[in-house]
Amino acid sequence: MGDKPGEPRQERRHFLRFFGSAALACAGTAVAAKAALPGAETPSDQPAPTAPAIPDYDWSKHRWAFGVDATRCIGCLRCAEACKTENEVVRDASHFRTWVERYVYLEGERKARVDSQNDPHNIAASGSGKEYRFDNRYKDANVEKAFFVPKLCNQCEHPPCVQVCPVGATYKTRDGVVLIDHKQCIGCQYCVQACPYGARYFIHEKGVTDKCTWCYHRITKGLQPACVEACPVNARIFGDLNDRESPISRFVRDNRVQVLRPETGNGPNCFYVGIDREVS
Amino acid sequence: MEGTSAYAALNAGNPNGTDMPLMEGLFAHAAPYVGYVYPNETDIPWTVLIVVYPYLTGLVAGAFTVSSLYHVFGMQRFKPAAGLALLTALCFLIFVPLALLLHLGHPERSFNTMITPHWTSAFVMFGYLAGFYVILLMLECWFVFRPHIVQQAQQRDGPLGLFYRVLSLGSYDLSPKAMHYDEKWIFALAVIGIPGAHGLHGYVGFVFGSLKSREWWSSDLMPPIFLFSAIISGTALLIVLYALSCKLRRIPIDLACLKGLGYTLWGFMMFTLVLEGVEFGALVYRGREGIEVIMEFVTGRLVIPLFVLQFGLGSVLPICLLTYMFWRGTTGKALIAGVTTSAVLVLLAVLMMRWNVVIGGQEIAKTGKGLLTYVPTLYGREGLIVAGSLVLVPLVLLLVVTRLFPPWNLNGAPAPAPHAGMRRFG
Repeated sequence: MGDKPGEPRQERRHFLRFFGSAALACAGTAVAAKAALPGAETPSDQPAPTAPAIPDYDWSKHRWAFGVDATRCIGCLRCAEACKTENEVVRDASHFRTWVERYVYLEGERKARVDSQNDPHNIAASGSGKEYRFDNRYKDANVEKAFFVPKLCNQCEHPPCVQVCPVGATYKTRDGVVLIDHKQCIGCQYCVQACPYGARYFIHEKGVTDKCTWCYHRITKGLQPACVEACPVNARIFGDLNDRESPISRFVRDNRVQVLRPETGNGPNCFYVGIDREVS
Repeated sequence: MEGTSAYAALNAGNPNGTDMPLMEGLFAHAAPYVGYVYPNETDIPWTVLIVVYPYLTGLVAGAFTVSSLYHVFGMQRFKPAAGLALLTALCFLIFVPLALLLHLGHPERSFNTMITPHWTSAFVMFGYLAGFYVILLMLECWFVFRPHIVQQAQQRDGPLGLFYRVLSLGSYDLSPKAMHYDEKWIFALAVIGIPGAHGLHGYVGFVFGSLKSREWWSSDLMPPIFLFSAIISGTALLIVLYALSCKLRRIPIDLACLKGLGYTLWGFMMFTLVLEGVEFGALVYRGREGIEVIMEFVTGRLVIPLFVLQFGLGSVLPICLLTYMFWRGTTGKALIAGVTTSAVLVLLAVLMMRWNVVIGGQEIAKTGKGLLTYVPTLYGREGLIVAGSLVLVPLVLLLVVTRLFPPWNLNGAPAPAPHAGMRRFG
């Protein structure tokens, strides 16, 4: 304390002022950066949306997940029909909560030929927009390998659709499902762009976006999603990962499962068995 | 590429003899495609309005840059166009939100992005940035045109007189002290406006560049590319408007100003071209999944819009033209014709760039296995007529505004000496 009074204190003040501002700026940047990080929003970070008003359902006690056994799928498309009916999805060729892709490798071809039920030839084969089927275009071809892959929303762990929604109309529930509040959605379609799986679509009549919810209105009542219930070959598996004996827990435990586009960092919660290199 | 087209299938008729008219509704929003695309992708989310949106913000950012060259950096040669630049920025900015509002499914809920924002969304910033920037521009315009407003308020009667009197906000003081005070405000607002305008447009680039779902967009270079192309589009617009206004007013064009704008255009075009080239080169060089489809797209249907219109006609030709004129020391009518032609070409190039990014990105399917075709509609809320009107209506507004606030001679507004502003804040 033998310093001249005034000078060091002033220096100290300058020093503190400088580092104080720097610290404030850093803190601000860090907060902004954290807010922008995908997956930065854990349920504990922000107030949880209001829980669904269903008696006896505690969403903190479940962790829903979906499994697809592509080796079982026969491409009957009863899942797609059941989904459209159950969820009143627009009856046209551009709006699907779930769909099935057909991969066909012909002899001598290195790349798969891919189509789904919205292919005009397949729709023509079904004869209406209310029923779906794959046409028989390969009946005379030399098919080397062929399989079907059911697709639906992956209810990602770090959903990019939730990240980009400017009003928080789409959100992730405690039990792991991504939902949309149609009363909040402004219809900007940013989420449609952000989903790498093409799971979202826009309802022109309502001016809002929509997507698969794993039939949230059913699963919270102890029922299975409509597509799972309609599948005649058990290619779709659904259940609670918190329950070790649930079908999905066993499916994930007993198989070497894959997810679609793991490189995106979205953490999809649909687990696949029996898909090939070209499936993404 | 093996594939199907929804429209082709409809036109070809149904092989099973189904009644096709009954099925037409099934393809109401379906874009034609080849290869394999996800079923929901056939309804293209962002239409021509989202092409217009970055185009308009770009024109705003560019025009403001030119006005700042005079108001902040004291570049006297830009004085004849500085006032016009400010009014141009304001007139175009007013219509930017309209492009987005017309696109929204629920425009009446748009304010929720500001009232109940979800901060992780890049979209959230638009409301705040645009709102802040509109206020800033209006304030700057008020200070710049205050001498004219006061003069008119004192001279005119009737509704127009009332209009100016209300606009004067009761401040009639044009003393040197008051003017000096105004000058400080203009400088400060112009300084804040530079990051404001550029932030607004860099952010638009971020909206596209940050999406990992589309390879065509996903690039860290997207924000600077959008920013530099914004500056060149705004400068080009100003060149055209300045030359046109002089023609209409039958006064000689200030060649030093025009040439200065030409230099600005040339310099920023170099940056833009290099950035675009590097971005495209990196995309091809990385060659990630789906690059085959991208290359098929680029070397196929994108040859005319990207290589011929955007790069060739809209970028390389004007750069060559401007370089030749600067090298040869061209002056007079030839300079006016050359610089204005270059500016028109640049305006076309930037419009094509917006189209190629926004629409092109959506035409490349997320599957990496197919290509869609966006078919714009002529009528309707998201049709070409509405989109075209959004680009032209600001010009009509500008015509009216320049009558009310003539920007041709900013006599009342203080002309800062070269670098005076920088010294003041230095």
